[in-house]
Amino acid sequence: MNPAGTSEQIRRAWAIAKKDIRIYYSKGPVLIFGIFMPVFLFLAFYLGGRQLPLPFLLSGLVGMTLFFTSTAVSPAIFPWEGQAKTLERLAACPVTIEAIVLGDMIASVLFGIGVTAVTLLIGLSLGLVLLHGIVFGSAVLLAAVCFSALGMLLAVPPTNVPSNIMMLSSLLKFPLVFISGIFVPLEQMPAWGTALAVFSPLTYFADLVRYSFTGAHYFPVTVDITVLALFTLIFSAGTMRLHRRTMPRRI
Amino acid sequence: MIEVADLTKVFGTVTAVNRVSFDVREGEIFGFLGPNGAGKTTTTRMLTGVIPMDGGSARIFGYDIRREPVLAKQRFGVVPETSNAYVDLTAWQNLMLMGELYGLDRARAKERSRDLLETLGLYGRRDQKVKGYSKGMKQRLILAMALLHEPELLFLDEPTGGLDVQSTQMIFSMLRTLNDAGTTIFLTTHNMEEANRLCDRVGIIRSGRIVAIDAPERLKTAIDRVHRIEVSFDRVVPARALAGLDGVAGASRRGDKWLITAEDRDRAIRSLVAFSGDHGAQILTLHTLAPSLDEVFLRLTGEGGL
Ligand SMILES: Nc1ncnc2c1ncn2[C@@H]1O[C@H](COP(=O)(O)OP(=O)(O)OP(=O)(O)O)[C@@H](O)[C@H]1O
Ligand SMILES: [Mg+2]
Repeated sequence: MNPAGTSEQIRRAWAIAKKDIRIYYSKGPVLIFGIFMPVFLFLAFYLGGRQLPLPFLLSGLVGMTLFFTSTAVSPAIFPWEGQAKTLERLAACPVTIEAIVLGDMIASVLFGIGVTAVTLLIGLSLGLVLLHGIVFGSAVLLAAVCFSALGMLLAVPPTNVPSNIMMLSSLLKFPLVFISGIFVPLEQMPAWGTALAVFSPLTYFADLVRYSFTGAHYFPVTVDITVLALFTLIFSAGTMRLHRRTMPRRI
Repeated sequence: MIEVADLTKVFGTVTAVNRVSFDVREGEIFGFLGPNGAGKTTTTRMLTGVIPMDGGSARIFGYDIRREPVLAKQRFGVVPETSNAYVDLTAWQNLMLMGELYGLDRARAKERSRDLLETLGLYGRRDQKVKGYSKGMKQRLILAMALLHEPELLFLDEPTGGLDVQSTQMIFSMLRTLNDAGTTIFLTTHNMEEANRLCDRVGIIRSGRIVAIDAPERLKTAIDRVHRIEVSFDRVVPARALAGLDGVAGASRRGDKWLITAEDRDRAIRSLVAFSGDHGAQILTLHTLAPSLDEVFLRLTGEGGL
């Protein structure tokens, strides 16, 4: 066994993910927030009088669910652990910072996918038809990683006050939802809207989800997947690099 | 085992650790002493790869802690200053997590955990969340977490701060047992009594600088220019005879004892023994009156010191 080897570090990242799920994700309020938040957003919009087709709204709901759940908890884990001094424990263990970040990301991916699966089942029971299962499956997997990395990226500022980070991440997450073609199809957006939308990873995921359920899409599927993969790579590499720099300042 | 050279850490305008150098040898218990804010925790954190250093170097088992932190960390254990088990997990879950983070196989981790919890008197409460633990129980659990992977080297930053006598004794006697079995120990403590009894050598740090490193007894004898020896004989001996002995600077009576002052303690004792033989005056008691480690510490770290 080489403790510093990649496979051993990944195994240890998995231990961190299990710990996260046990401590941070299986709390009642977190689960309730994860499930109800997108439902309420969706209801507010649906009842708000916009006459959009149900499949469009449902696919938006699925997209939002994954986005909100996989960025819900991950930004707060580092501040929590910094405050509880458990981060010092992890830092003294033979795991790299990359493995710690990866572990937090894995937990957030699993949580995101789990809650999204529930939302999908609700959608299916409301008459939503899944046309492109493979595209949907790969899109969810890729986007879950992408959003989890984004969530971790939001945790980079070395504050140990979770509410600061939560505020910051809400400030970023809500505008993203509005420019990403969830509530307004990209085709109906003004030019400045689409110009903004291309910078949001959620746009491509929402486009893929819409394609999976309605067959309609704005960008070609390969473009959606490629861009989403690029965002994932950049976010993952960026968050690991930045945490390497800021983590010692939390201790 | 630990080689530290010119270790430096700066926080803003405060140089918390200032070109600190020392070695810790295999198999020894090294005490790292200093007043509050001297830089002990900061040093320990740099040595254990928890925070980066701003200058100098530290090698643990020959590994540069900056270049190969994982390989070094795999072989040492750490008890940090602030208690930090996961309070939402049980003691058992905390230990299993450590087992996985150190790459222990499950069966081994379970066996070790059971042994450690039994030794530390926590086995009965293993399935209780750490949230409900007292400070002493938490501290014992953290020691167990640090020992799970059978480290060759153990760092402890004030392992007994705020604990009662029983818990303190339990921890120190465990350290002694570990050391007897070959574990090297780097210990930060404010408990001079224990440092004196436990440590092979101590390093004293003040305002980020090392002011002395030596065996406790040598430190004690080193700080006093004039040594004191208390001696008593089975019969009356003349003061002049004592005062004139080689190595003895002065002799004065204290009840039935003599208080001898000497510049060279070794020579004075030899003379006293020879005197006893020559005059047929048996020595009843002989004490060297060394300052306590507490006094050494105060002298070296006090305002006027050095
Ligand atoms: N994270 C930090 N940011 C700024 N200053 C710090 C930080 N950590 C320590 N210091 C400063 O560095 C100096 C040394 O602190 P350190 O905690 O190492 O002392 P210590 O010897 O462990 O003291 P104690 O006996 O109280 O535990 C102090 O002046 C402290 O204020
Ligand atoms: Mg300290």
